[in-house]
Amino acid sequence: MRTQKKIKIGTILIYVVLIMWAITTIFPFLWVFNNSFKPSSEVIRSSFSLPQEFTWMNYSNAFSKQNILMAYRNSLLISGTVTIGVMLFASMMAFGLTRYRFKGKGIVQMMISASLMFPVFSTIIPVFRMMSEWGLLNKNVAVILPQIAGNLSFATIVMIGFLASIPLEMEEAAYMEGANVFQVFAKIIVPLCKASLSTVAIFSFLWSYNDLFVQKIMIRDRTKYPISSLLEEISSKYGTDFGLMAAAVTLIVVPVLIVYIFLQKNIIKGLTAGAVKG
Amino acid sequence: MLYKKKWPLLIFVLPGILFMLIFLYIPFIENIKNSFYDMTSIVSMPGLEPKYIGIDNYKTLFTDPKVKIAILNSLKMMVLTVVFEVGLGFILAVLVSNIKRGAQIFRTVYFFPVVISATALGLLFKLFYNYNGGMLNQLLASFGKEPVNWLKPELAFIMVCIPTLWSYVGFYFVIMLTGLSDISDDIYEAADIDGCSKFKQVFYITLPMMKTVICTCITLALTGALKVFDLPWVMVPKGAPQGLTHFLGTYMYQSTFGVNNFDYGSTIAIMIVVLGVVVSKVVNLMIKERD
Repeated sequence: MRTQKKIKIGTILIYVVLIMWAITTIFPFLWVFNNSFKPSSEVIRSSFSLPQEFTWMNYSNAFSKQNILMAYRNSLLISGTVTIGVMLFASMMAFGLTRYRFKGKGIVQMMISASLMFPVFSTIIPVFRMMSEWGLLNKNVAVILPQIAGNLSFATIVMIGFLASIPLEMEEAAYMEGANVFQVFAKIIVPLCKASLSTVAIFSFLWSYNDLFVQKIMIRDRTKYPISSLLEEISSKYGTDFGLMAAAVTLIVVPVLIVYIFLQKNIIKGLTAGAVKG
Repeated sequence: MLYKKKWPLLIFVLPGILFMLIFLYIPFIENIKNSFYDMTSIVSMPGLEPKYIGIDNYKTLFTDPKVKIAILNSLKMMVLTVVFEVGLGFILAVLVSNIKRGAQIFRTVYFFPVVISATALGLLFKLFYNYNGGMLNQLLASFGKEPVNWLKPELAFIMVCIPTLWSYVGFYFVIMLTGLSDISDDIYEAADIDGCSKFKQVFYITLPMMKTVICTCITLALTGALKVFDLPWVMVPKGAPQGLTHFLGTYMYQSTFGVNNFDYGSTIAIMIVVLGVVVSKVVNLMIKERD
């Protein structure tokens, strides 16, 4: 009897602690969502109650004055291209490295793992110089190219791990029947790699979409801002307009939340993949 | 090997290698070179050749009080990430692995801030900290207390750390939880029968079994702490107040693109690399030592 009671008290305590942490994660988002429907003056007075004068004004401000749709479009274009580029080049490189033996293979593999040690800070100044010399500043491609390179090494390591583990029989059969290497790659390898490709896609996309540093440096023209740069500008220029800030945060969080609800298993796996592999 | 013709190999491997060379390796080397020159502008202009200045930038680095602040803040941040992100992640994972219902919900909820951009989180916490009618001061007011300037010099650093740490607890929580699920239940059952309390089980079974996972998490947390930029930059731009909240990343940005001192920015970037390599080497050595 005694032990059973003890266990129950223990379980209740566990739930209390877990729920408390859950509240710290949920509360900030609920708070900001709630306040995005209030005029700023009301946010300052009573941010905890439900909106008294319910308004869409903050959202119409965000769309009309802040060009948030354009920023979304730029961000999706950048991150979409980065994702496709990383998936393509990483799987190609991983295929080459696992299916061919060649001189310098060790060097290439070393290059890949060593480049994981370069923080973006250590390459960004020369990349910025190149982009300005090539006349690419303020263009999406100036963000896309370094971000592909930045994600490529890690993505290749993930793909090598998978490609090295799948049996060669299917490829062999297709190759013997006269398919060329590129057909084998496109028709057999890529479909087999779906799971690891989706891991690669998820971390490349989120990493690129959430990054502020590179887009802040490469894109200086405010009419061409992607979403993170726009948010930063709203924060520094309209820092007193609480309603607008709340609406801006909500507009960033809600689409991610929707995607997260549907793909959470893949997203969690994608983002923690590197750590688990060690 | 299976494929006899060698030439397709070039098509497979070359694009990736070129990307790495053009955007990682060559810039990395150029960055080292830059740190020894006085660059008046980022693009080389005729008649304005960069002047070789030897190790002047490195000398400045060691006497710059702001670098000192930035290094100290980054080191403090490393300690805090290990204690709070990895530590809290571990505690929460152990707790969740002990419950039967709702584990999945907690996983979903705890991980959510990880997918939200640091920029958005910075904006969100700015609303919390604002002096005039921010969330925290409204809370204080409802208890009849005076408002507090949350970003004043004495508080700013810790107030910037809180959201940074909070947002990533879920990341380590999930990794720990995966690690915990690999430990066989038999061990715990045997311990139960031997009369080992749940609390003791954590110390004598869970911690030793989780050693590799915890070490991976610590390495990730330490190197991650060096990359901090977005969140502090949005909340307290330019290390406000008085440069007290500068991290190595923000100070590097400020020196390079804020005051256009490209060569000094390069020097700070090199220091970040060196610090990262040293820290991960030290951690590796410490782990090996204990084995």
